[in-house]
Amino acid sequence: MLLRAHADMYAIRRFEEHIMRLFLRGEIAGTTHLCNGQEAVCVGLGYALDEDDVVAGTYRGHGHILARGSEELRLAAELLGRVDGLCGGRAGSLNVFDPTRNYIGSFAIIGGSIGAATGAALALKGTGRVAVADFGDGTTNQGYFFECLNFAKVYDLPLVFSLENNGYMEYTPIGNVTARPDDLAGRAEAFGIETERVDGMDVRAVYEASLRAVERARAGEGPQFLEYRTYRFVGHSRSDPGDYRPEGELERWQERDPLTLSRRALTDELGTPDEDIAAREQEVDERLERAIDAALASPFPTPEELEVLS
Amino acid sequence: MIEFRHAIIEALADELAADPSVFLLGEDVAAAGGVFKTTEGLLERFGPDRVIDTPISELAMTGAAFGSALMGRRPVLEIMFGDFMALSMDSLINQSAKWRFLSNDQVTVPLTVRTAVGAGGRFGAIHSQNPGTWLHNVAGISIVAPSTPGDAYGLLRSAVQADHPVLFLEHKRLFSMKGELDRGLVELGTAAVVREGADLTMVSMMKGVHDALQAADVLAAEGTDVEVIDLRSLRPLDLETVVRSVEKTGRIVCVEEGPVTGGWAAGLVGQLAAQALDLLEDATIVSAPDLPVPFSPTLEDAWLPGVERIVAHVRARLAGV
Repeated sequence: MLLRAHADMYAIRRFEEHIMRLFLRGEIAGTTHLCNGQEAVCVGLGYALDEDDVVAGTYRGHGHILARGSEELRLAAELLGRVDGLCGGRAGSLNVFDPTRNYIGSFAIIGGSIGAATGAALALKGTGRVAVADFGDGTTNQGYFFECLNFAKVYDLPLVFSLENNGYMEYTPIGNVTARPDDLAGRAEAFGIETERVDGMDVRAVYEASLRAVERARAGEGPQFLEYRTYRFVGHSRSDPGDYRPEGELERWQERDPLTLSRRALTDELGTPDEDIAAREQEVDERLERAIDAALASPFPTPEELEVLS
Repeated sequence: MIEFRHAIIEALADELAADPSVFLLGEDVAAAGGVFKTTEGLLERFGPDRVIDTPISELAMTGAAFGSALMGRRPVLEIMFGDFMALSMDSLINQSAKWRFLSNDQVTVPLTVRTAVGAGGRFGAIHSQNPGTWLHNVAGISIVAPSTPGDAYGLLRSAVQADHPVLFLEHKRLFSMKGELDRGLVELGTAAVVREGADLTMVSMMKGVHDALQAADVLAAEGTDVEVIDLRSLRPLDLETVVRSVEKTGRIVCVEEGPVTGGWAAGLVGQLAAQALDLLEDATIVSAPDLPVPFSPTLEDAWLPGVERIVAHVRARLAGV
């Protein structure tokens, strides 16, 4: 399973790199928010969920959408604004989602994912299905965050709060604008919600902690809170070079790149031959090349679509 | 005859009984039966899973109502006072109103938001506004506003059954008003001609419709035959019924309980001019001033476009223009 997880994380990294290249070539318009460095959360959490569990995420959503099993071609086509996109080109990178995979939204305004997942959990209570609210450290200062921690606890909802703490709210270190920034999970503990702090760079740690939380929520033990400590290797968005980071910080985190950790575990602990890993990675490379080419071949929607709708 | 508030209870009860996916949530709606007594008895009848008391958390309530709608439920969210809708706006504008479109029509958001609105109750600036106009510019959400118990019943049931978000406005000064209840549904986006007349078309909503009818009685005694239209829906807008009336009268007066700037009346007159300018001899608006709703009774009464101001306005237009 670790080899599969490695390949899935590798696919997300390569997908984001393709998207960056398409941006620089002018093929993708507007903006986009990439998740390079945070792939272990997408994949580890994804593996802990059943197909009919529900995830609401943020504008940094490509990795989670792929982890839900959405087609790479259709996600790429959406970011390119093409008719074969997951949302027919209407949503774009900031808003893309895939209801067929129970990924119910990428919320362009932070906090929205928490409200929506809270409502999904309200609807799912008693069914054995679980909802996940994915969000970042910046969201822990939003009203939705505090209101929904209370709301979910009061109604004992099958909801997993998934905090990806990458240390920065957009361009600002989270500690500069947050009370007790080293204990964001403590905010959930204040509501009597069970929390766990997780190494968000280690896909196995993410998977195991996520599975524990999901199973507790599924068993009717109410909302759960996970804080994944992670790091984004790229800027906040397309226009951000990320030069506000202290010297050496990125490099220190890159030593714990989720792909480096999983590759090391595969060879050192499981004895997986290097060529097996390389073969899986090559499979992913070829698959993504085909998906991106197909997405680029998809037509743009025609303006007449608006006439039909209005 | 039935009170407006009881018509709302009846509509909610009938929807709860007809469709197990319908549920109510809001502050004080369950055990207390609603601060305006518009959900009284529903908890006892349908239980705590269908009628839910929430904390005072408009972000969580509105976001959760949206999320549950995505899962196929039909939430009916009560926002106690329309003014509190300011806190619900992110979820309504940026989520509920847009999700069907963004999803390329893969999902629907069958959400109804009920809220008590309007001035004249001495509630002051921040318990008296009409949030309908705040949301009027947002594609993807219907806005309806009944003036009678029968329409309240019929429009509310249509709102709950609709597969898209609907904002349902309940004017506070109508809750105790009595009227007939025939249990018929009223289609969203249909205006009603509530009084026929040949000389002038008067358009309003909610409490304003009753003011318009009273003004029409006064003016009838003076020989002016006023047709009164209850718009009932802001979106979709039934411009056709207004145009048909103006074809007959050539004159329109809109009565809006709110500032003229950015209000529904200015939008209506603008659309009317764009579509049927040649029909119009005169088009004016009686509105509130561009000021917050004041508290002191003398000030609030002067702020409201009441019957006297409407009558005086019509007399002046007919005499001078």
